[in-house]
Amino acid sequence: MSVKKLLTFTLNGRQVQLAAHSTDTLAALLRDSLGLTGTKLGCGEGDCGACTVLLDGRAVNSCLVLALQVQDRVVLTIEGLATDEALHPVQQAFIEHGAIQCGFCSPGMILSSVALLGENPRPTEQQVRVAISGNLCRCTGYQKIVEAVLDAAHKLAVEEGA
Amino acid sequence: MSGNKEFRVLSTRPARLDAFDKATGRAVYTDDMKLSGVLYGALLQSPVAHARILRIDTAAARALPGVKAVLTAADVPDVAFGVSPARHDERVLARDLVRYVGDEIACVAAVDAETAQRAVELIRVDYRELPAVLDAASAFADGAPQLHEIYPGNVSAEVHQEFGDVAAVRPQAQVLVKGQMESEMQDGAFLEPQSAIADYDHQGQLTLYSSTQTVHYVQRTVAMVTGLPVGRVRVVKPCVGGGFGPKAACSTMELCACLLSMNTNRPVKITFSREQVFLHSRARHKFFHEMEIGLDSAGKLLFLDHQAVLDGGAYTSFGIATVYYAGSLLGGPYRLPNMRYDGVRAVTNKTVCGAQRGHGGVIARALFEQLLDQAAEELSIDPMQLRLMNMMEAGDSTCNDLNMSSLGMRECLQAVRDGSNWAARRGELPEGRGMGVACGFFVSGAGYPIYRSDTFHCTAALKLQEDGGTALLQTASAEIGQGSDTAMAMIAAEALGVPLSAIRVVSGDTDLGVDLGAYSSRQTLMTGHACKQAAESARRQVLEVVAELGGVSVADLDIVAGVIVTRAGIELDSGAMRTRYIKEHRGWTDNPGRDEPLSFREASRMAYLERGTIVGLGKYRPPVLGGKFKGAAVGTSPAYGCSAQVVELSVDLETGQISMHHIADAHDCGQAVHLTSVEGQMQGSVSMGMGEALFEAVRFDDRGRVLNANLADYKIPTALDMPHIEAIVVETSEPNGPFGAKEVGEGAIMPTIPAILNALYDATGVRFDKLPLTAEQVLSGIRAQRGEDVSRLGVGTDAGACFCRFPGR
Repeated sequence: MSVKKLLTFTLNGRQVQLAAHSTDTLAALLRDSLGLTGTKLGCGEGDCGACTVLLDGRAVNSCLVLALQVQDRVVLTIEGLATDEALHPVQQAFIEHGAIQCGFCSPGMILSSVALLGENPRPTEQQVRVAISGNLCRCTGYQKIVEAVLDAAHKLAVEEGA
Repeated sequence: MSGNKEFRVLSTRPARLDAFDKATGRAVYTDDMKLSGVLYGALLQSPVAHARILRIDTAAARALPGVKAVLTAADVPDVAFGVSPARHDERVLARDLVRYVGDEIACVAAVDAETAQRAVELIRVDYRELPAVLDAASAFADGAPQLHEIYPGNVSAEVHQEFGDVAAVRPQAQVLVKGQMESEMQDGAFLEPQSAIADYDHQGQLTLYSSTQTVHYVQRTVAMVTGLPVGRVRVVKPCVGGGFGPKAACSTMELCACLLSMNTNRPVKITFSREQVFLHSRARHKFFHEMEIGLDSAGKLLFLDHQAVLDGGAYTSFGIATVYYAGSLLGGPYRLPNMRYDGVRAVTNKTVCGAQRGHGGVIARALFEQLLDQAAEELSIDPMQLRLMNMMEAGDSTCNDLNMSSLGMRECLQAVRDGSNWAARRGELPEGRGMGVACGFFVSGAGYPIYRSDTFHCTAALKLQEDGGTALLQTASAEIGQGSDTAMAMIAAEALGVPLSAIRVVSGDTDLGVDLGAYSSRQTLMTGHACKQAAESARRQVLEVVAELGGVSVADLDIVAGVIVTRAGIELDSGAMRTRYIKEHRGWTDNPGRDEPLSFREASRMAYLERGTIVGLGKYRPPVLGGKFKGAAVGTSPAYGCSAQVVELSVDLETGQISMHHIADAHDCGQAVHLTSVEGQMQGSVSMGMGEALFEAVRFDDRGRVLNANLADYKIPTALDMPHIEAIVVETSEPNGPFGAKEVGEGAIMPTIPAILNALYDATGVRFDKLPLTAEQVLSGIRAQRGEDVSRLGVGTDAGACFCRFPGR
């Protein structure tokens, strides 16, 4: 039997504390215990990337991270990406470019793109493709997604410059 | 109406209605829902491909604390179900026999998912294993084990058709080209695994939330199997994470959720694991095709002689339609006066195949378009030119009675010819690099429902909100990611004369009407007609009231961009109407100014005050279509969408690895509704077709178990695999479509596989007759061409990979 432990971490800018089983994945904790169902489960095996969240700013498959591993760390899910005032430029670009069809890959795809732009604010098309290659999409053929990420990078760069 | 720029809403690029929720994690899919008191269901599925069930012992499972119900065949209605009523060959739970690895034997409901899974593991089943039939050739062999009493010889569907007279015309052919093609079973690989929640309440009402493409058919099947009246079964489709065909039929999983909920009086949720998605499948069949075409010396097509064998897995699902489509969809887009087709579908002890994007037609198209290239080569005609020479025109009918009421095929070909710089580049590329072209078309909605009926294919209601000038569009159609909710809202906005922002949409719920759902690329044309009609009716009702109150005639009035406008020279006295509106809205900050024209908001309020709630109703049923021959229903449609593509790729001649460089893709969707979504469907179709051509194959071991039931070993294209796709939208005006619109969801996949195969030939000089085009297969072909030994490459050793010929030929 798994044991329960008290877990403390930063989730979407707020400190949370709750009990988690040693066998719980981060994905299960987010979806089932915290009700954050924007994190999607497409395979539970780390193959599809739909459950991608940012852990200390890096994109991870939350189905492959144990909940207890995030003790004292910083987790960002899709629910925490927009501010009260505005969507994140990547979210905005996905909407404007038609990069979203069924939407099941979108939260993970958006967070992988945000992680990329955090590390590399001016990626080439190829760098964008590499960064999202762990996020499967069956609907779009990726083209409008790549266009959206490049456009968001451009807009962020202009904002920084301004 | 082609190129009509009078449209205010159609042919634009607004943000999709669902995009914000999907970008922020707010969108709710079935597995995201949490009903109070919900139980979790799990299924016991057969671990063996073919066996007689001797005994099922559920005692230990029932005794496990937290288990609320355990059902086996003895506990559920003994009702046969399936897709086509002529082939209802499935039971909710296996009675005596299991026929594939994954066949459902029992279901459990428990307080949590872990307990349900543990209970499934505690069910003991004694099997007597039977010899399994794992490929079509074995299924047809003398003395083969028989899977179903109702399918002697393991044939679940068979087609024999001839249009014209192939034997008579064959001697006139100057060029004869023959070929064959074999594919592998493929998976839909939508990102959202199927999920269902059933909730049977104290009033005897059953609500099923399900990730389905077809709420209507699921509702009917659930009613038929449970014995509940149709009116007591409500099926609701939350957001769906892709379908592509496999989610178009009612499944055992949905039925088990319903029966478990009825048994426990609690809501029951079941969600597939990714492995279960692969085992359940209902996706692309494995096809074998043999064809011969004949042309005269000028390059005119004279005939097609075609045989197909489909390996369909354990049950029929959509398979009867699949085997018909595999033949009928070659009737166009070329003028083909004589066509003979023999198709047969085998049942085998494997995952069940059904419908997938480009239903039945893609592998047949993959072979046929290669034969055209081979004929062009023999005749020394450019393959683009050969296609143009034989192309049908709008208004033509195929030899099997498919009427091309609009057909922008010629424009599509010309667009990709120019878009790929065909004339300058083809033939000038270095060894290992090549270009290929292909065409294709698809139905814009099946002409007939799956069950024989005069039912309307869709209904729609547009209810004007009693205040505020907002219209609520209600349909039972299925938004599964393709963008239908936005497209329907745009059609309604265009017809009503208001901006898109004035339309709200609710859909995907059998309580809202009848809609056959998202399959056969039907919703834009069919649901679109119903929405247009509903909006026109609401518009007329509002204008009647305005005319009465304003003392003018309805014919003098129109609604344009949310404003009531009058014909030149006509004055509308709207003062009394405005005064009444403003009195009602004293203290409101957004009342219309004195000199502004009368708004739709005011007009719809007046209409409500005079007549009560204004509801416009719409419905659509296609006219009687097609010929009188057997199977004429499959392939008929009010309209056909068509596509052409040019692929440029290169092959590493040392490893056999293919790299895609560029795809020019043109599709005729009639009048485009939402341009961005049209391009999105085109790009997504190419991606799926490319995956099927290059990597995708469900592999089985010699006991019928799926070897790659996960998204690591079953490879679909990633962002790194996809080349740039130049999507060229060709607009025609389809006389049978709403505002001239027709399909884009499936026609766009048709040319992809053959264009890749033709480009591969251009690059290597080798024709390949097996899919997918793995590096081993390509390298083996290249080396064999050079006369080198290929025995060590290990190609062609998979179970069931032997080429299957039509039985008796």
